[in-house]
Amino acid sequence: MPTFVYMTRCDGCGHCVDICPSDIMHIDRTYRRAYNIEPNMCWECYSCVKACPQNAIDCRGYADFAPLGHSVRVLREEAKATISWKLKFRDGREKNFVSPIRTTPWGSIKGPGEYAAPSPADFAKQELAHEPDALNIEGGLPALRPDQLKQGVV
Amino acid sequence: MFSTNPFAELSASIPPAVMQTYVVVMIVLVAAGTLFDIVHKGSAKYFFDNWRKSKSKGAQQVDGGELLSLAVQTGLVDVLASGEFCNARRRVAHLLTMYGFVIYVVTTAVMVFGYPTPATPTPAILPQLWWLGGLMACVGGYWFWFFIRVDVAAEGNSPFRFVRADLFIVSLVGSVTLGLIWAAAGAGAGVLFGLYILATTVLFGSVPWSKFAHMFFKPAAAFEKRVSYANGTRSNLPGPADKPEQFGSAREAPRHY
Repeated sequence: MPTFVYMTRCDGCGHCVDICPSDIMHIDRTYRRAYNIEPNMCWECYSCVKACPQNAIDCRGYADFAPLGHSVRVLREEAKATISWKLKFRDGREKNFVSPIRTTPWGSIKGPGEYAAPSPADFAKQELAHEPDALNIEGGLPALRPDQLKQGVV
Repeated sequence: MFSTNPFAELSASIPPAVMQTYVVVMIVLVAAGTLFDIVHKGSAKYFFDNWRKSKSKGAQQVDGGELLSLAVQTGLVDVLASGEFCNARRRVAHLLTMYGFVIYVVTTAVMVFGYPTPATPTPAILPQLWWLGGLMACVGGYWFWFFIRVDVAAEGNSPFRFVRADLFIVSLVGSVTLGLIWAAAGAGAGVLFGLYILATTVLFGSVPWSKFAHMFFKPAAAFEKRVSYANGTRSNLPGPADKPEQFGSAREAPRHY
């Protein structure tokens, strides 16, 4: 379901350009409005749809499973910490959902930049960066003891 | 310098009738260019099609009084206060450029038609407003061009990269800047004046290719958006969430750019 932009709504702020993980939302050189430069590479993450302050971005469903006439629209309200979805089916039925944007307080989760950089010794370990602390697991990662392994493997 | 009408000084070299004809030609170019733009891009057709679609699908009927109220709101919030912008810097830059340019253009027309020669002394407030408007347009325009423009701020391109979308802003700041430099240099009929006229002609003559016409279709789009919210279609968007307190997550002010 690649995204597309309603040009009359877009004011060319660049939110979608910054947030697109595929780097396919760009600014048109003629009208200075955002557009999806490569719909085939859009993975329908809806990041730009949610981020657009003008609600100018929509998703076009593929015709085989989302025939013409349907609509999936989303409204992100940062001040209320909510995200609302409205699904309209081709036969006129509607479904509405409201969810929290997140379930933990803002700022309560450390970003990657707030952790110490890994030392050279860390690269020799099996654990990934900041494991096991980052996983909140007491006593380290669970692992099978040698006597629990299948005979003949070790 | 700030109290002198530069067009009265120019009348020593160029007859006022020529200046007045030029201003009329520029007005005609803007009107014709805007009409061509509307027909060529089909923006009026799109607007009325959208309007009819929204009206037929609307859950509530919007009567004449409410439409008038929405039109007034659009005029006050979206047009006069640039309420569309979520980013405060963009909004301030747009307001500076818009009001500066309007003051600059209106005072230009008043001075050219009302006080074209030194024989009719110009009230000092007019050239002062002309300078103020020009400087406001320059501050807003250059701020936008070098720092806020999405090509620079989000795309990371050089501020000196020029594409067709820049035609309007470049010709606008070019016209105003050259006008102010020309006036500061004595308002003669030399090279500076030629460059000023060239930039001004590009600004008003390039309406079909630039985004000059946005001042006409953007208010229409803002009005249509307000009507779609009033009649319940909301462009198929969900309504505002009414029970966020149930979710228990902390709130914070929006952090738009």
